Amino acid sequence: MNAAWPIVALGGLAFAFAAFSVVIAAFTGPKRFNRAKVAAYECGIEPTPQPIGGGRFPVKYYLVAMMFIIFDIELVFLYPWAVAFDQLGLFGFIAMMLFLINLIVPYLYEWRRGGLEWD
Amino acid sequence: MTDSFAPFGVDPWWIVAIKVLFVFVLLVVLTLLAIWGERRIVARMQQRIGPNRVGPFGLLQGLVDGVKLALKEEIVPAIADRTVYWLAPVIAATAAFMAFAVIPFGPTVSMFGYQTPLQLTDFPVSVLYILAIASVGIYGIVLAGWSSGSTYALLGGLRSTAQMISYEIAMGLSFVAVFLYAGSMSTSEIVTAQERVWYAVLLLPSFLIYVTSMVGETNRAPFDLPEAEGELVGGFHTEYSSLKFALFFLAEYINMVTVSALATTLFLGGWRAPWPLSLWEGANEGYLPILWFLIKVAGFMFLFIWLRGTLPRLRYDQFMNFGWKVLIPVALLWIIIVSLARVLRTDVALSVTTSILVLGIPVALLILLALFWDALRARIRPGGPSAATGRDDVEGGSAHHAAAEFDPFAGGHPVPPLPGQVMPGATSPPPVLVATTTQERDA
Repeated sequence: MNAAWPIVALGGLAFAFAAFSVVIAAFTGPKRFNRAKVAAYECGIEPTPQPIGGGRFPVKYYLVAMMFIIFDIELVFLYPWAVAFDQLGLFGFIAMMLFLINLIVPYLYEWRRGGLEWD
Repeated sequence: MTDSFAPFGVDPWWIVAIKVLFVFVLLVVLTLLAIWGERRIVARMQQRIGPNRVGPFGLLQGLVDGVKLALKEEIVPAIADRTVYWLAPVIAATAAFMAFAVIPFGPTVSMFGYQTPLQLTDFPVSVLYILAIASVGIYGIVLAGWSSGSTYALLGGLRSTAQMISYEIAMGLSFVAVFLYAGSMSTSEIVTAQERVWYAVLLLPSFLIYVTSMVGETNRAPFDLPEAEGELVGGFHTEYSSLKFALFFLAEYINMVTVSALATTLFLGGWRAPWPLSLWEGANEGYLPILWFLIKVAGFMFLFIWLRGTLPRLRYDQFMNFGWKVLIPVALLWIIIVSLARVLRTDVALSVTTSILVLGIPVALLILLALFWDALRARIRPGGPSAATGRDDVEGGSAHHAAAEFDPFAGGHPVPPLPGQVMPGATSPPPVLVATTTQERDA
């Protein structure tokens, strides 16, 4: 048996539990329809009409997501390097430091240009 | 696979079933206990008593709350994207449960005559698996916020996502030093590697970065900005009710347990008995280590509750600044220091004293630089720290000519002057001050 099967079993059990909960709630609770109740909650006033296609949101979130991808890829490089550190020795250390410098310089540049400011 | 993974993936199906059930039940029970514990402890911190009616000491409160939620009406907003709206809580809860699969509870024990480790499964890349599943959990949140068709929910979901991905970087960077010392990404091997000394002692900065980022990662106070009631009502689950809301609640608490268990495994020696107890040989055998493991996890859970009872919520820009400008650079610097120390010890083969000396000089220089940073910057760029942010043109001219003066909009948010500070151009009493400032900004 593969070592991944227990994860599949746990995931299956959790999924079954969650799906069961979501479905059963439709039967256990009362149903009293009310037009105001199914409107989006905005503290009691008429909800703002939602733009078609999701609308727009602040560009800052895109920037954070892009920074996340850059650093996440960095992590993907750092992990195997850390695990194999003792075998790689001095050469591996210097190589990774060069990589980190390549990453830190644009990071500092972005910091300096105000890309990390949130306002 | 190497030999240390031999015990995994060879269990008969019924042992796997027992372990799966154990993990599932443990997580649900820990969630119920955590909800009860949180309410009781926070109540004590606020001079209240807390829930004490249902069951002994109110222990069944969480369970009864769940039943109550099941009996509540399920309100689906008319504008919601139905499929995604139903799927989001299922994704969040499933991912939360699955992340726990690779956490070790104890050593190899005899279970009905079978020798099997007290751990559901393990890979050479277990920690990477946990990070991956945690990222899947973010989908549950962002999809919930998006599909609700409500402004509050959308903003809460976005905030939550931005926060979790930002702090996931710091979290991921704090693991690097652990992998470096353990030489492995498997949870069971990391626990074995901590037989002599815990990584929380050896790699204290990593541990501190992890503990900080795990609070941000689980959206808990003081980093619970996605649920800032004054700004966003309930955040991404504003439009969720009944058991779908309960699933998000469950997922949040399971995530707390999981990050605590991960902290225990990676930094506090996992299921191994703490120091004075570890002198007794029987402490690390049989089913007893589950107890040590649970005690350590409970300690972290208490830390979560303590933080909630003590600290006020951060502002969002402060929070993001802390993540990107403090945690990440410190984590990167720490990785460089640790790897340098390691390579000096193993490859260059310097003695301990020489390594400390070689490392101490740059560290001392860095500390000195940090101490005199503000003074140096003021000398290089006259105009004060605010001039260096590169936003002078946006902020208006006030920062240029009034470096010594108090700038009410320095951080982008208006703040009143503290005693001893003077508003720019202030010559008369407060009512006039406001007008002066407004004119200045308009000009």
